[in-house]
Amino acid sequence: MQTDFLKVEALSRIYPGSRGQAPLVVFENVHFSIGKGEFVCIIGHSGCGKSTILNVLAGLDEPSAGVVIMDGREVAGPSLDRGVVFQGHALMPWLSVMKNIEFAVKSRWPDWRKDKVRSHCQQFIDLVGLTGAEHKKPSELSGGMKQRVGIARAFSIQPKMLLLDEPFGALDALTRGVIQDELLKICAATGQTVFMITHDVDEAMLLSDRIILMTNGPRARIAEIVVNTLSRNRTRNDVHKDPQYYRIRNHLVDFLVSRSREMAQAPAADSDPRHPPEVRPGEEMDDQGIAKPPPAQKQPAMHLV
Amino acid sequence: MIMIKSLNFKALIVSVLLLSAVLLGWYLATLPQAADTAAVDPEYAALMGGAAVKNSGMPTPAELGHTLRERLSDPFYDHGPNDKGIGIQLAYSLARVLAGFALAALVAIPLGFVVGMSPLMQRALNPYIQLLKPISPLAWMPLALYTIKDSSASAIFVIFICSLWPMLINTAYGVASVRRDWLNVAKTLEVSALRKAFRVVLPAAAPTILTGMRISMGIAWLVIVAAEMLVGGTGIGYFVWNEWNNLSLTNVIFAILMIGVVGMLLDLVFAGLSRLVAYND
Repeated sequence: MQTDFLKVEALSRIYPGSRGQAPLVVFENVHFSIGKGEFVCIIGHSGCGKSTILNVLAGLDEPSAGVVIMDGREVAGPSLDRGVVFQGHALMPWLSVMKNIEFAVKSRWPDWRKDKVRSHCQQFIDLVGLTGAEHKKPSELSGGMKQRVGIARAFSIQPKMLLLDEPFGALDALTRGVIQDELLKICAATGQTVFMITHDVDEAMLLSDRIILMTNGPRARIAEIVVNTLSRNRTRNDVHKDPQYYRIRNHLVDFLVSRSREMAQAPAADSDPRHPPEVRPGEEMDDQGIAKPPPAQKQPAMHLV
Repeated sequence: MIMIKSLNFKALIVSVLLLSAVLLGWYLATLPQAADTAAVDPEYAALMGGAAVKNSGMPTPAELGHTLRERLSDPFYDHGPNDKGIGIQLAYSLARVLAGFALAALVAIPLGFVVGMSPLMQRALNPYIQLLKPISPLAWMPLALYTIKDSSASAIFVIFICSLWPMLINTAYGVASVRRDWLNVAKTLEVSALRKAFRVVLPAAAPTILTGMRISMGIAWLVIVAAEMLVGGTGIGYFVWNEWNNLSLTNVIFAILMIGVVGMLLDLVFAGLSRLVAYND
């Protein structure tokens, strides 16, 4: 796996303080990289700058310092190379499903003939399971269907990288599960590189290869990067049967509940922001080199967050 | 559904009752009074014929009905400058309103786009808009007559000025409040400025722009009557003033009714256009 398809170097966002106040540092010195075909999630509490990082990757926002390099070129402004799925789906309500996707496809390939645009759009509408709803307006769709259109639109321009800003946050648990499965399938089939913001630990574990953990803001930084060692063939139905599942999950929940705050207050002196520590809680070994069984007493009740 | 239907039906009954009450009151108020007829000197009556009978000067509902029938049966006759059909007079007024309104739209909508998209232009132009907006459009009339030197064109100018502001302000507001998400979508798709303006900003702002156009049209139709009273010659405003000079209140009331009907139809047209561009979020 090519590990530096996308490189984020020394990214900071600082708001200058007004009238002698100290400047507000949202996050600083953020370094990470994403390999081609990799699915990376970022988790952190509100105010740690996740959305700003995603907007910088999308080219919609500018960092106070630092650079983003994708495929050997610096990211300067928005580009068709990076598709974005917005938190609020951002469909144009006066256009039908088909026209919304056509708008993107025509922007990507302006000289395509009409029937070619049509069939290309249809292919992605089918992919997200919206066959038959092509001519509906967004107001006639449920929240889950709208978000699927947003995903189809982002995929339809065949970007080198997909950026998802908490795409399932507003959906109910059942719908979310169905769309997560679909996203997993599509990403596996297309080898899409994805960067996604989420608040949902289970979602991150199901979808991603690595999970970036941010400490609480202000002065947020990457605490560590959790490598998801669960089998890549996991599905939503069997993922929790893997013995690694609860080890990883407990590690993530522990982080969100307490360590994200503790680490923000007392930064580890020895950690190098250029190389945030990578941990593999799923493969924790005991003294004999055998993977520890999951700590039974700490197993939380299975629930959908 | 039955509930709504019955509500509509009740409303219709109340409307009809109100109209009947007004007509009845009007009828009773304009009944010829016996004392008046008796008091007329028989010689004067012989000289003056029927006109000697004093009445209040207010037409009766029947007289208005007669005028309505007569004038609407032949709306487009033209017997010289002081005697034209109501259709011709209304057509003159409508033509002026449409010309002034179209010119105003041509200026206000593009300018509104610029003001709405550029905070700099918004701040730079705002004082002028705030200063010019409250000026009665008729106050411009002398200046228009002096510079344009044509009464009909001056009336069009006055319509232009009064239609300008609501369209300009609504367009600017609609353009400035297009959802950031939609603009971000356009940005990430590397959409050109022109395509963005026509495919994203215009449809997003269209309902607000159309509301501005509807307000403008309403004001323009209010102002044209006054403007034509001043410039004279043709048009429904001139007709009202001319009939006042003829002391024909029947024709004045008839004209008032027609102004209302045309104004209502114009508003209905814009209501229909609004529905075309409306979207549900």
